[in-house]
Amino acid sequence: MKNVLLICFKEFKSYFVSPIAYAVMALFGLIFGFGFYTATRDMVQLGFRAQMMGQSQPMSVNEQVIRPLLGFAGTIALFLIPMITMRLVAEEKRNGTIELLLTSPLKDIEIILGKWCGAMLLYLCVLGMSVLNIAMLFMWGKPDLKPVLVAYLGLILQGGCLLAIGTFVSTTTKNQIVAGGVTFFVSLLLWLLSWFTAFDTTAFASVINYLSIVTHMENFSKGVIDSKDVVFYLSMIFFSLFLTSRSMESLRWRA
Amino acid sequence: MIRVEGLTKRYARTVAVDNISFQVEKGQIVGFLGPNGAGKTTTMRVLTCFLPPTAGTANVAGFDVLENPIEVKRRIGYLPETPPLYPEMEVIEYLRFVGQLKGISSGDIGKRVDDVVERCAVGDVRTRLIGKLSKGYRQRVGLAQAIIHNPDVLILDEPTSGLDPKQIIEIRELLKSLAGEHTIILSTHILSEVEQSCEQVIIISQGKLVAIDSVANLTNRLRGSEAVALEVEAAGGSPNPTEVQQRLEQVSGVSRVMMKDSKNGRLTFEVESLQGRHIRADLARMVVTSGWNLSELRAVGLSLEDIFLQLTATEKKAEESKEPAAKQDEGAKK
Repeated sequence: MKNVLLICFKEFKSYFVSPIAYAVMALFGLIFGFGFYTATRDMVQLGFRAQMMGQSQPMSVNEQVIRPLLGFAGTIALFLIPMITMRLVAEEKRNGTIELLLTSPLKDIEIILGKWCGAMLLYLCVLGMSVLNIAMLFMWGKPDLKPVLVAYLGLILQGGCLLAIGTFVSTTTKNQIVAGGVTFFVSLLLWLLSWFTAFDTTAFASVINYLSIVTHMENFSKGVIDSKDVVFYLSMIFFSLFLTSRSMESLRWRA
Repeated sequence: MIRVEGLTKRYARTVAVDNISFQVEKGQIVGFLGPNGAGKTTTMRVLTCFLPPTAGTANVAGFDVLENPIEVKRRIGYLPETPPLYPEMEVIEYLRFVGQLKGISSGDIGKRVDDVVERCAVGDVRTRLIGKLSKGYRQRVGLAQAIIHNPDVLILDEPTSGLDPKQIIEIRELLKSLAGEHTIILSTHILSEVEQSCEQVIIISQGKLVAIDSVANLTNRLRGSEAVALEVEAAGGSPNPTEVQQRLEQVSGVSRVMMKDSKNGRLTFEVESLQGRHIRADLARMVVTSGWNLSELRAVGLSLEDIFLQLTATEKKAEESKEPAAKQDEGAKK
């Protein structure tokens, strides 16, 4: 456990020494802020229009701003997560520092968990940027807190899943660009899988649909914690980290 | 302290290390010598549990590298060929990190870091980023990293590469000061290096063990005894080689006579003396009194280089004789 934390904080710190952390957080803040601006503007305009026409429509900050926004945050994360994970192991392999880690009295799993947790911490910081915007809604409105928290839980699980996949891809190459690119396309594919089943209800289609990372996000963004979705994300994380540990071990045999 | 038996490491197509066995006692400095690509790094990587052996066993401080890797790693300090440094870290920060990785408790870490900073003379750059350091400093930080947890066994892969002569001497001094309580294996292809700092030499070539001997034994041949090259011819026709050889062997103080060449009636010998004996005058007298002409007599320096080249060259010849057969095999496959 001590070793996991040691590596975790080292990774976390090295993100902030390099431009990666700042770039990822700034990009996320910018895009999320833009989404926030348009979503709130539309909501406010809709409110004015309804008032002027004298019709009363059901309005909800949760439904009309927060829910689509946080769904959108998941999509942005899809693009940013490869930037976070690509260097994790690939850089160590290129620098030769992997030799230090593998010849220190550590278990492989401690190295992997440490790296994944470090990436996770940065991801939490990235999500933290969105809290700035959401907090504004709480200052001037009265949205429901619980569904927001649930949506964040969903984002964290989804992110953890993609980060684990990224960590795995990063162990397979020395080249950060390759690691980033492959992670991006794998995440994109897992995202696109949900398209496959738009008008299809066969068993095969529902299996494909189940594998899509975004479909499991839907319940969370509605504010519903379904154990099915939690199990999906946790098992994806576990499976990817398991693959990572296999891949790390094969480094020794192939090196 | 280190026991290696029948160690073999095979990669997909090549055999990097072929059935090597050796032992290193506690407190020794051992030089691991061989041309590039001989399998030095591979052997070291097996000892540090970075690579598993294909066959054979390696035992460090009583623990097997396959069965008890964590225990082995605790007792080993390793400096790979390229020091494993994080360019974005400061020297002190890096050493603290490595120290904690190696399991030093947070109470002792400050003291240990100060200690290695002083020993490896990196005090001037303690708060500099590693990425900005010169090669010599990087090498020293790498060494500091290897000794930070006071390991029983130090494994250093070409520790002096890229250093200037003054730094090389400093590193040598440092290694000597570490010997005794630490067992040190260092690889190099620089022979003077071994002569100066090691007690024992392991020479490998093309993955095979060529020689294990103490430096004293090897350099005795160089210092204490002399080797003489000698060319003999007869006035009328060629002298009888076996007769000349026998006569030479009878000269007192001669330990070994080797027939090198015979060309145009001239015979070339190489004669080695026993330790501390000067044999040139006696040899000359013997040749002349036997009625032969002495056309050349010169001392041959027998350096560690020569021994090394001789040992590794014979390996190569053996390999070459195997190669045509291998090529034929390939041809048959095509």
